[in-house]
Amino acid sequence: MNLRKYQKVYKKFLHTSLASELEYKTNILVDFITAILSLVGSIFLLSIFFQNNGYIGGWKFEQALIIQGIYTILNGITNTWFNPNLTEIVKHIREGTLDFVLLKPIDSQFFISLKKINPSGILEIMLGFFLLFFCIRINQINLNLSFLTQSLVTISCSICILYSLWFFISTTTIWFVKTWNAIEVLRSFLYIGRFPLNSFSFSLRIFFSVLIPIAFITTIPSEVFLGLSQLWKILLEVIVATVFLITSRKFWLFALKFYSSASS
Amino acid sequence: MVQNIIEVRNLSKSFDISSKEPGLKGTIKHFFRRQTKSLKVIKDISFEIKEGEIVGFLGANGAGKTTILKMLCGLIYPSEGSILVSGYLPFKRKENFLKNITLIMGQKQQLIWDLPPIESFYLNASIYDLNKFEAKRRIKKLSEMLEIDEELFIPVRKLSLGQRMKSELLAALIHEPNILFLDEPTLGLDINAQRNLRKFLQKYNKETNATICLTSHYMKDITSLCKRVICVHEGALSYDGKLDLLLKKLSPVKEILIVCRSEEDAIKLENSGFTVKNKIKNEITIKIENNSITSSLKTILNNFDIEDLFINEPPIDEIIGRVLIKKDYDI
Repeated sequence: MNLRKYQKVYKKFLHTSLASELEYKTNILVDFITAILSLVGSIFLLSIFFQNNGYIGGWKFEQALIIQGIYTILNGITNTWFNPNLTEIVKHIREGTLDFVLLKPIDSQFFISLKKINPSGILEIMLGFFLLFFCIRINQINLNLSFLTQSLVTISCSICILYSLWFFISTTTIWFVKTWNAIEVLRSFLYIGRFPLNSFSFSLRIFFSVLIPIAFITTIPSEVFLGLSQLWKILLEVIVATVFLITSRKFWLFALKFYSSASS
Repeated sequence: MVQNIIEVRNLSKSFDISSKEPGLKGTIKHFFRRQTKSLKVIKDISFEIKEGEIVGFLGANGAGKTTILKMLCGLIYPSEGSILVSGYLPFKRKENFLKNITLIMGQKQQLIWDLPPIESFYLNASIYDLNKFEAKRRIKKLSEMLEIDEELFIPVRKLSLGQRMKSELLAALIHEPNILFLDEPTLGLDINAQRNLRKFLQKYNKETNATICLTSHYMKDITSLCKRVICVHEGALSYDGKLDLLLKKLSPVKEILIVCRSEEDAIKLENSGFTVKNKIKNEITIKIENNSITSSLKTILNNFDIEDLFINEPPIDEIIGRVLIKKDYDI
């Protein structure tokens, strides 16, 4: 793979995508306001849950805010890259414009996963980081190299798991043509990731850890922030993320053999 | 000797198609138990295309022309048979193969809707690993050939269909491919835009010796660009050969309207052994076979006092229309 070429193409993706979005100034402004209000609303909702009892599933409000921060970053990444690109796969397949992607001398997964960018999601990512830094202060977390490495690894793994799940569902469009509903279900599960895993019943915890690995996405990185994480959990998240990434890649290549292109 | 650039042997393609009975009952049945059947859309076809050739694919809607083009450029896997394009197996979509080909579809677009076409050109240039100067040179050259200039800097959504199609062509040709697959490129264009596009394709073929595979329902596209046509009928090949041979075969006689100086001359001509279609006063219409047209006209001009003469050929659309509904043309 020619990395220099891919860097160059990604720069062009960024440029064209931002230029396209900037054509509609009001839309960006509305998106920015929505991102801020959404975060304020989520924190307000969380504070209501903690009003009567200081703890939920053994977590204090200040600790639960860390999960909210990680959720906001992941939701920002979802809105910046996954939502504009991966929902487009459905459109590409329904309308047959995937033909143009497949006939370009570039990796098709790279192309359809990164071609577009939504600038309002970047604000969400920044807000998420801002909230995390605030949580580091109020929870008096010690910023050392081990903490930074662990948090970076777990957050990166969370992004990979989320991307793979989303990409996997979008790929099934090649057979089922319409999969919007499945993506909405995934987004709903992600909302659940705003709450500590321990606040759910045992059966739901198993469901969110094994079947839909939402637990890995937000809870494990949050545990790293609070110094509660164990090494095996971090390693497990790395393994899960790697397996998910490889599987989604192989599934995409397999699915393309069944692509029949839309009729003209 | 000119090399074969495309070789197709015993190619077949089947699709699983689901069918649904009408009404609510049919819809519910279709939802719970989908009945699918395998439909063979391409049936055992073989052909070769030489480098630099322009070949037109003719056939009715749903005959399988687009499916053939999509298999040739590697978008669809063949069910049976083999395809070799420029020495590559298309469906493997190797980088060097993809750099050699392009697909242009009249009804689908790759340009970024909200931005001027120039942005899409530079994006494609980076995908094909062209440096900025080379990209600029090619955009300049192609825009001159396509006669577009200011349009390059206007958002695509504000361009007319003709301007958009020209820009689509430029985006698709920036990597200078030597095989062009064109699926109804003139669809929806006005007569002038169609003519300009044909002129461009002729020029591009002449200058670069690129091979062009074209499907179109506009017969003018086929007659002005393609010497050779491949006719597809219900997925099978019904004719592969020169277009003029096909036309001669389908239309073996020409009608000639002769205006004689006097009615006596017309009567004399009527009784001279030619096949007469009709006669009104001094005007007579006769039918002459294509292979004897020169000698027959010479005889008429030498022996009769002729005021005027018109050779009528049946409209090409009418002739080709017969190809689309007939199964086999053994020439």
